[in-house]
Amino acid sequence: MEELDGEPTVTLIPGVNSQKKQMCFDWGPGEMLVCETSFNKKEKSDMMPGCPFIHIIRKNEDVYSQILRKLFNESHGIFVGLQRIEEELTGKSRKAQLVRVSKNYRSVIRACLEEMHQLAIAGKDPASDRQFSIQVSSLSAMELIWNLCEILFIEVAPAGPLLLHLLDWVQLHVCEVDSLSADVLGSENPSKHERFWNLVTVLVLQGRLDEARQMLSKEANTNPTSAGMCRILGDLMRTMPVLSPGNTQTLTELELKWQHWHEGCERHLQDGTFASSPHLESLCKIMLGDEAALLEQKELLSNWYHFLVTRLLYSHPTVKPMDLHFYAQSSLDLFLGGESSPEPLDNILMAAFEFDIHQVIKECSIALSNWWFVAHLTDLLDHCKLLQSHNLYFGSNMREFLLLEYASGLFAHHSLWQLGVDYFDYCPELGRVSLELHIERIPLSTEQKALKVLRVCEQRQMTEQVRSICKILAMKAVRNNRLGSALSWSIRAKDAAFATLVSDRFLRDYCERGCFSDLDLIDNLGPAMMLSDRLTFLGKYREFHRLYGEKRFVDAASLLLSLMTSQIAPRTFWMTLLTDALPLLEQKQVIFSAEQTYELMRCLEDLTSGRPVRGEPDAQQLQDDDVETTKVEMLRLALARNLARSIVKEGSLEGS
Amino acid sequence: MEEIYAKFVSQKISKTRWRPVPPGSLQTVETFATGSWDNEENYVSLWSIGDFGNLDSDGGFEGDHQLLCDIRHHGDVMDLQFFDQERIVAASSTGCVTVFLHHPNNQTLSVSQQWTRAHYHTGPGSPSCSSAPCTGVVCSNPEIVTVGEDGRINLFRADHKEAIRTIDNADSSTLHAVTFLRTPEILTVNSIGQLKIWDFRQQGNEPSQILSLTGDRVPLHCVDRHPNQQHVVATGGQDGMLSIWDVRQGTMPVSLLKAHEAEMWEVHFHPSNPDHLFTCSEDGSLWHWDACTDVPEKSSLFHQGGRNSTFLSHSISNQANVHQSLISSWLITDPAKDRIEITSLLPNRTLSVNSLDVLGPCLVCGTDAEAIYVTRQLFS
Repeated sequence: MEELDGEPTVTLIPGVNSQKKQMCFDWGPGEMLVCETSFNKKEKSDMMPGCPFIHIIRKNEDVYSQILRKLFNESHGIFVGLQRIEEELTGKSRKAQLVRVSKNYRSVIRACLEEMHQLAIAGKDPASDRQFSIQVSSLSAMELIWNLCEILFIEVAPAGPLLLHLLDWVQLHVCEVDSLSADVLGSENPSKHERFWNLVTVLVLQGRLDEARQMLSKEANTNPTSAGMCRILGDLMRTMPVLSPGNTQTLTELELKWQHWHEGCERHLQDGTFASSPHLESLCKIMLGDEAALLEQKELLSNWYHFLVTRLLYSHPTVKPMDLHFYAQSSLDLFLGGESSPEPLDNILMAAFEFDIHQVIKECSIALSNWWFVAHLTDLLDHCKLLQSHNLYFGSNMREFLLLEYASGLFAHHSLWQLGVDYFDYCPELGRVSLELHIERIPLSTEQKALKVLRVCEQRQMTEQVRSICKILAMKAVRNNRLGSALSWSIRAKDAAFATLVSDRFLRDYCERGCFSDLDLIDNLGPAMMLSDRLTFLGKYREFHRLYGEKRFVDAASLLLSLMTSQIAPRTFWMTLLTDALPLLEQKQVIFSAEQTYELMRCLEDLTSGRPVRGEPDAQQLQDDDVETTKVEMLRLALARNLARSIVKEGSLEGS
Repeated sequence: MEEIYAKFVSQKISKTRWRPVPPGSLQTVETFATGSWDNEENYVSLWSIGDFGNLDSDGGFEGDHQLLCDIRHHGDVMDLQFFDQERIVAASSTGCVTVFLHHPNNQTLSVSQQWTRAHYHTGPGSPSCSSAPCTGVVCSNPEIVTVGEDGRINLFRADHKEAIRTIDNADSSTLHAVTFLRTPEILTVNSIGQLKIWDFRQQGNEPSQILSLTGDRVPLHCVDRHPNQQHVVATGGQDGMLSIWDVRQGTMPVSLLKAHEAEMWEVHFHPSNPDHLFTCSEDGSLWHWDACTDVPEKSSLFHQGGRNSTFLSHSISNQANVHQSLISSWLITDPAKDRIEITSLLPNRTLSVNSLDVLGPCLVCGTDAEAIYVTRQLFS
């Protein structure tokens, strides 16, 4: 038994009392059925009326969110595009492409996040507002994690640029500063605003030193006594060496310059340059990476990873990826200070800093309420060739396992099944079987929908499923008395048995009504006629009628005879065929030759002599037999007369 | 085409239609209707592409289409047509045909008329009937014609409660689409590759003419008539082929053009620029077919026909044809002349493009990937 990673969550089903009654359940592809059984839990309790309902328990509610549907649909396109990225692409171009894909995914998350946020603050009713804000925080956590994974695993930024990326990451996700800045700058006298120093501090904490300098110059203008100090601090900010993307300087050069600058800062602090202004002094301490000074700004930092990045910025700007986890762990410990324990999000980020991809994915799977995130992230990381060594002890690999889970969730949804198809396609091992199992369970409400499902199956050569869908549709059509449609569907399924069945229905209808229905179809069968003997017979028999209608009696007669002699016509139908021959036999000119007449006679004798001897006939049977006997007698007479005429005719022709 | 806007709408779109612009008015195209399918709750919605940056402050940039109003629709929306400026006719998978009325004052939609059992099956033995999806509808004020999976054709009038005319069992297979040829004649396509012309002046339930693809019986899914030449008809089939027919002559298509890789769901001639044709398909593509006849030879026929003797003789021997070809670029069946230019309009393939509509310089299409694409510069 594997160890459990967390306590399973308890879902309470309203109306079901599991204290009193035993419950039973059954798994579905993405859902579960639960109902009360009639068994009592304890013997003593008397017969209680139970809950008369069967409940459907859905595993992932998120699939049913209107806004997340956009996420699923839009990311589907990105996913399919990613799978088509050519394998040959290597090195830089491949990496650039993967980073672009990752950014696309994030922008889709962002778009959903913004829309969700709009709804959450729109305030229609408190219950849904709460629901929305839960989803907003879940989505923003996803974006945060994804962005970090992008920096660490996909971009694989080396020392130097790494910190710039992390800085961007923090600036993007700790965005209260923008509203604060708008607030302060919007006031009449910014430097007198009560949160002015908060703003300056946040800007420094986020490494936005240019903006911080502008703020300081405002302060210098309004407060001449501190102007000198502001200028010095501003100069320190301006001269802080940073790595710029276009610059060619080496890391060592940067480190040297930075060391020099750092010492300069320290000197100012020791000299007491800013002693008269606690605000400026604290800023200077921050810029020196002083942990105590940083931790004083806990409120403004708001979380430990901001603390981490600020700390790195001002004390280890050229941190190597491998050393990150050390700083991360100590930052987390320092920031929480033993007051609270880390939350799931903290653990996930920590796992990322430790470059433990599997731990990231595992923690995300547990913490997040849907499979979308882990499935797409894992797939992307797999394309970066980061997961190849990892195989699960069940199913196939992790990527495939997560994609299958996600796609099954889509199939459980009423209308998202079409997206699921493509995900199954890109699961090499179990995708196809899963698709086969799921696609058969899609309700075929209209032919249009059936055609779409059929197209999915046909494109993947899933012949068994194609057959089954066509058969369902053919059955439906028969039930609705749409024989033409039924025949079309069985022809499409190449289902000979069903075609025979439908053809029999046509023939029976003909016998009852004396005319054919659905001529537009039967007259245009073409090569499809060969599907089953009965269908061939139906087509040929109709052709006989057409020839007869066109007064091409000779052709009609030989066709009629060949239907019987070639055994295409079912025995039960021979009497009808022979009866159809009667008017031909009675025509003025001789149509059946002597030889053909012999054949007809043989058929008739075959039919009559082969009859089983029955026991006591009842009145109805007697009457039927009577009609039958008359018919046979008439036929015999007509055949005999025709034979005579044909012998005479043939004899006279030969004689002449 | 420079700008094509996509918007994800959280419902699979089965139909998109522009609201017609009143003839002779200077109004621009700005409103379209959509219908959804295969959702637990389906909607008929009206959208605007007009610039109303003043109306929405939250990020709706110019060019993005905004929802005006919507209304629940029972069952999948199988087809959608504007009856006039205010009224929309929707065909439902429940066999119901509904006329929705748009109230521009308070931006709402309401049901103005409904024929609940326009299409139904009669099962064997059981007198109770089950509903059959209505697959197509076409309007020509005041008449509405509907077709369905039950092979039935109904003729309604907007002001009548009952159907004016019903042809039961008009087709043994499913009727997929219908269009007016010239009143009172209609054209239907079915699932065994036939095109049938019906004349409402004739009694009985026989079509006045049947045209069909030979042999293969490939189902036809859509049909559109040339806006100016009523005998020229385009259809799209299950194999993605585009067929052009001349209903005056022959029972076979004039030309078969290899097009999409899967079902062609809709085909539309551009209403005012019929040398342009648009098709969309299950394979997720949307194509623009340009058959502009600005071939140099054409003009030379008039100006220097006498000088070029071979060309002259050619033109004499085929005088009738030449005359005709000058009128319709779609009926020329010369494979050597590769005059039709095809462009794909969607940037990357998605799920099925179920519907499209063109009007003036605007095109709208809707997909199973729950996105609506709009462009306002078709010919730029």
